Amino acid sequence: MTTSLVRIEDKLYQNRYLVDAGRPHIKVRQHQSPSSNLLALTLVCPANCYEVNEDGQVEITADGCMECGTCRVLCEESGDIDWSYPRGGFGVLFKFG
Amino acid sequence: MTVEKFDAIVVGAGMSGNAAAYTMASRGLKVLQLERGEYPGSKNVQGAILYANMLETIIPDFRDDAPLERHLVEQRFWVMDDTSHTGMHYRSDDFNEPAPNRYTIIRAQFDKWFSRKVRAAGAIVLCETTATELALDADGKVIGVHTDREGGIIHAEVVVLAEGVNGLLGTRAGFRKVPKPEAVALAVKEMHFLPEEVIAERFGLSGDQGCVIEAAGTISRGMAGLGFLYTNKESISLGIGCLVSDFAATMERPYALLEAFKGHPSIRPLLAGSEIKEYAAHLIPEGGFKAIPQLFGNGWVVVGDAAQLNNAVHREGSNLAMTSGRIAGEAIAMVKSRGRPMTSENLSLYKAMLDKSFVVKDLRKYKDMPALIHTNSRNFFMTYPQLLSQAAQNFVRVDGTPKIEKERATTAAFVKARSRWGLVSDAVRLALAWR
Repeated sequence: MTTSLVRIEDKLYQNRYLVDAGRPHIKVRQHQSPSSNLLALTLVCPANCYEVNEDGQVEITADGCMECGTCRVLCEESGDIDWSYPRGGFGVLFKFG
Repeated sequence: MTVEKFDAIVVGAGMSGNAAAYTMASRGLKVLQLERGEYPGSKNVQGAILYANMLETIIPDFRDDAPLERHLVEQRFWVMDDTSHTGMHYRSDDFNEPAPNRYTIIRAQFDKWFSRKVRAAGAIVLCETTATELALDADGKVIGVHTDREGGIIHAEVVVLAEGVNGLLGTRAGFRKVPKPEAVALAVKEMHFLPEEVIAERFGLSGDQGCVIEAAGTISRGMAGLGFLYTNKESISLGIGCLVSDFAATMERPYALLEAFKGHPSIRPLLAGSEIKEYAAHLIPEGGFKAIPQLFGNGWVVVGDAAQLNNAVHREGSNLAMTSGRIAGEAIAMVKSRGRPMTSENLSLYKAMLDKSFVVKDLRKYKDMPALIHTNSRNFFMTYPQLLSQAAQNFVRVDGTPKIEKERATTAAFVKARSRWGLVSDAVRLALAWR
C-alpha cells in the first residue's frame, strides 16, 4: 500500500473555523518530559495540533482542532491536558459533517 | 421576580437531543435546548446513514421535507489486502419501495431540518451556547445548567444529557467516566464531490438509488477498524476509523491511513476526479453493552452517544441515539403527566422502557464482541484478510497447477498462520460473541 505524503494543512484548509483568539479550549499542563500518551498525540491527533518543541516538551496549537476528543480520551484522566469545548459559536464549523 | 424554569433542558442538538426535545415539546412540555454550534449540526459528524423506521416513529411524514440523499439499494462488504478486495454484495430491487428503509444523509443539513421540527413543536433552541456544568442543589439533585452566557443558572425540572460522545456535563458531575481509549474509535472522513451522473454510473445506480461499501482488512494496519464509502446525491462520504487505544499503541497517523485507503486500487477509481470539500474527525462509541453508564439520576437522564448507545457490529448509532432520545422524552412526559417529581426513582422509567427496546436488546446480544475484537485485532484485521485474499486469488487464477494442490496450499496457509487450534478457537469465540 502506498502512503502518499499529504500535508494536514491542506486538509484543514477545507474546513471553516471561528478561532477564539487567545482562549484555547485545550491546554497542555507543564511537564519536564511528556508521557507516552501525550507523545502519541503528536502523531495520533487527526488535526496534528500537537507538536514537540525544541526542549522536548509537547505543545498544542488548537486552531485546527476538529473537537473529536481523542486527546481527551488519552490524556485528560492522567492530567496531561485540560480539555474543554470552545465557547459557544467558536471552533470548527462543519458544512457537511 | 420569579426565576424562569423549564420543564426540561436538553443539552445538545444531535440525533438524540432533537428526538428528546421534539418528543417532549410535542407533548406540551416547556423545553429549552442548548447547542454550542452556530446552528444545529455544525458540530455533528456521522457517516451518515439514516434508518427510516426509527425516525418514522417520531416524525411519520419525514420523507415530505427531510433532506435525504439516496435510498440504499446495495450494500457491499469488502475484506481487503493491499492490492485486492474480496466482496460480498447485497443488492435488491425490494429496497426500491415506496417508503425506503435506509438513506444516506448529510448531517449538517439533516440536523438543521430536524431542529426546525423541534422549534415547530414548541421548544426553544438556543445556539452558540456551551453548557459548562450541571447545577446541583445541596442534596445532589440536578436543578439546571451553567452556560458560558451571562445570567447564571438556567433552571429545569430535568436535564437531558444529549451531549455526545465527548459530553462534559455528565463526566464533570461524576455521573459517568470519560470513555476508555479501547471503548471509542477515532474516525476521519472526507467529503468528495462528483457530478450526480458520475456517481450513478460508477455504482450502477439510477434516480436516487444509493450504494454503500464497508471494508475491513489491511487498510487498518492490524488495528481494529473499518473503512466506509457512502454515496450521497452529489458527493461521496469516505472515511476510516480505528480504536483510539490501537492508534495510541501503533502511533499511526489517522490521515495517513485515510490517504492510503483512498489510494487503494479498489477505491481510487471510485473517487477519481472528485473535489474534496471537507475533512472531519469524530469519536464513535465502541464499548457496547458493558460500557453503558448509569442512565438516570436525580433530575437527569443521559441519551445517545453520551450513553455509549452504539451498535458497532451493525454500525448503527444514530437510530439508537434517536430512539433513546424519544424514549427518554416519553418517560419524562409520563412522569410529568402523573404530577410526579423528576427523582431518580421516577426517572428509572426511562431505563425500564429502554431495556425493552431494540437498543439495549441489540447491545446485549453483542456484549462480548468489543473485547474479542480488541484483543484479537491483528488476527481479524490483518491475518485473516490476507489469507482470504490469497485463497480467493488461488481459486481464480489459472496457471496449470492442479486444483487439488491449490486447495492444499490454501489450507496450509491458514494452518501455518493461525494453527489448527487457533482457527477452531477463533471460530468458536466469534460464534459465542455473535450468538
